Amino acid sequence: MAYSEKVIDHYTHPRNVGTLDKSSTKVGTGLVGAPECGDVMRLQIEVDENHMITDAKFKTFGCGSAIASSSLATEWLKGKSIDDAMKIDNMDIVEELALPPVKIHCSVLAEDAIKAAINDYRVKNGLEALASAKSHH
Amino acid sequence: MDLPIYLDNNATTPMDPRVLDAMLPYFNAKFGNAASRNHAFGWAAEEGVDYAREQVAKLIGANEKEIIFTSGATESDNLAIKGVFEMYKDKGNHIVTCVTEHKAVIDACKHVEKLGGEVTYLGVKSDGLIDLAELEAAMTEKTILVAIMYGNNEIGVIQPVREISAIAHKHGALFMTDAVQAVGKIPVDVNADGIDLMAFTGHKMYGPKGVGALYVRRKNPRVKVTAQMDGGGHERGMRSGTLNVPGIVGLGKAAELCRLEMDDEAKRLSKLRDKLQIELTVLEESYVNGNTDHRLPHVANISFKYVEGEGLMMAMKDLAVSSGSACTSASLEPSYVLKSLGLSDDLAHSSIRFGLGRFTTDEEVDFAIKQTLKAVNHLRDLSPLWEMFKEGIDLDKIEWAEH
Repeated sequence: MAYSEKVIDHYTHPRNVGTLDKSSTKVGTGLVGAPECGDVMRLQIEVDENHMITDAKFKTFGCGSAIASSSLATEWLKGKSIDDAMKIDNMDIVEELALPPVKIHCSVLAEDAIKAAINDYRVKNGLEALASAKSHH
Repeated sequence: MDLPIYLDNNATTPMDPRVLDAMLPYFNAKFGNAASRNHAFGWAAEEGVDYAREQVAKLIGANEKEIIFTSGATESDNLAIKGVFEMYKDKGNHIVTCVTEHKAVIDACKHVEKLGGEVTYLGVKSDGLIDLAELEAAMTEKTILVAIMYGNNEIGVIQPVREISAIAHKHGALFMTDAVQAVGKIPVDVNADGIDLMAFTGHKMYGPKGVGALYVRRKNPRVKVTAQMDGGGHERGMRSGTLNVPGIVGLGKAAELCRLEMDDEAKRLSKLRDKLQIELTVLEESYVNGNTDHRLPHVANISFKYVEGEGLMMAMKDLAVSSGSACTSASLEPSYVLKSLGLSDDLAHSSIRFGLGRFTTDEEVDFAIKQTLKAVNHLRDLSPLWEMFKEGIDLDKIEWAEH
């Protein structure tokens, strides 16, 4: 299977690889997927007092499309409010990276990771968790 | 050195140029039908087929009358299993095989089950070999066939074929083996090994695709299989269809070259393979899959924990290898062979099969080692699992949301 140029670009030069301090109240962490399934994404956001995402980092165990999906997600998250970030849809990722049908689950996982990170931040800061998961499990 | 480097010789091998040269005349000047007995065109084709049959037989220590040409190992496996089941159904209906067989064997057995056959699928030990005591215990009065592969395609382990055939024969059953990965790579002798039927193919031994053979024993005992294709009664009535003369000539030439060069080649390849394996397992948390003492000389299947095979292959972009990961398949199921060794799914997902071949050079192996080390390290830098491992977190204790 050939990968799209954008997948290869993100895979070869992943943006925002790294780790934020998960104990900080400003940081939300989403860890989704399972090693058994061949995909685990950890996405972290740092949020300021105005609920704006100032930084985002990821680490992903998975195929090229999974790595690219999470790399792209960190790019999109930076500078967004947590409410806007909640609206990122997996199909936006599919479109941007031209993912083939067998790789759509990678984008779903990235969306899950975004929502998990936001909810982690919300709960830490006394906000209620938002219903997020699509019914794909 | 040309890139990418081909290290997937268990999937298929490039054709040896000498094989191509041998085949070419049979596409044009010697185009005759080997079954045309009354003119020179037919004789020329027949002569080519006869020589090839002799070469194929010699490679495996058989008589040339015991070689049935087919379209490849899948057909040979099907003909052997379904053909024996049909031919010997008055004697019994039980077949013993194993879970790490190629799909051509497993699915042919599944087919037989639908026809009223009973099949025992033996498990394997963690090194990939079957347990002989389990085989012994599985044998019944109704067992007509034991079908166990010679060398495994994913991990390269060599089953104890002689012991297996002895058990089969003791119970009055035939022994069939899918020897696709072994024939031409290591010495295979149908008499010493006690093989009654054996499937193999041209394209795994530097010959052409689309041609293979089934060895069918003629003496002690005389084995018969019911044809699975009706027609002109070619190949002693066991496989009808006009012979693929250029393909057969190619298979013959490939067999001849393997017989003459196998010993040196196996030594050279096992040295290269060992070098690759030693230098790659220097990496922390890397594991060789399958028994390393009973293994084909040119294969190494290695799991690099905490990186995913398909992602890894993408980083090894100048290397053509394969992975036990199945991220592309809708099921997300990793290799059934690796799983049957008791490997956890994540280790199966993290595996890479390196398959060296006749045309693999030292320089290529050195390059492969470098690129693989770099790729694994790159992906581990990206891997949350690697980070957790390094922090001493027990990954088995985390409740993962399986998707």
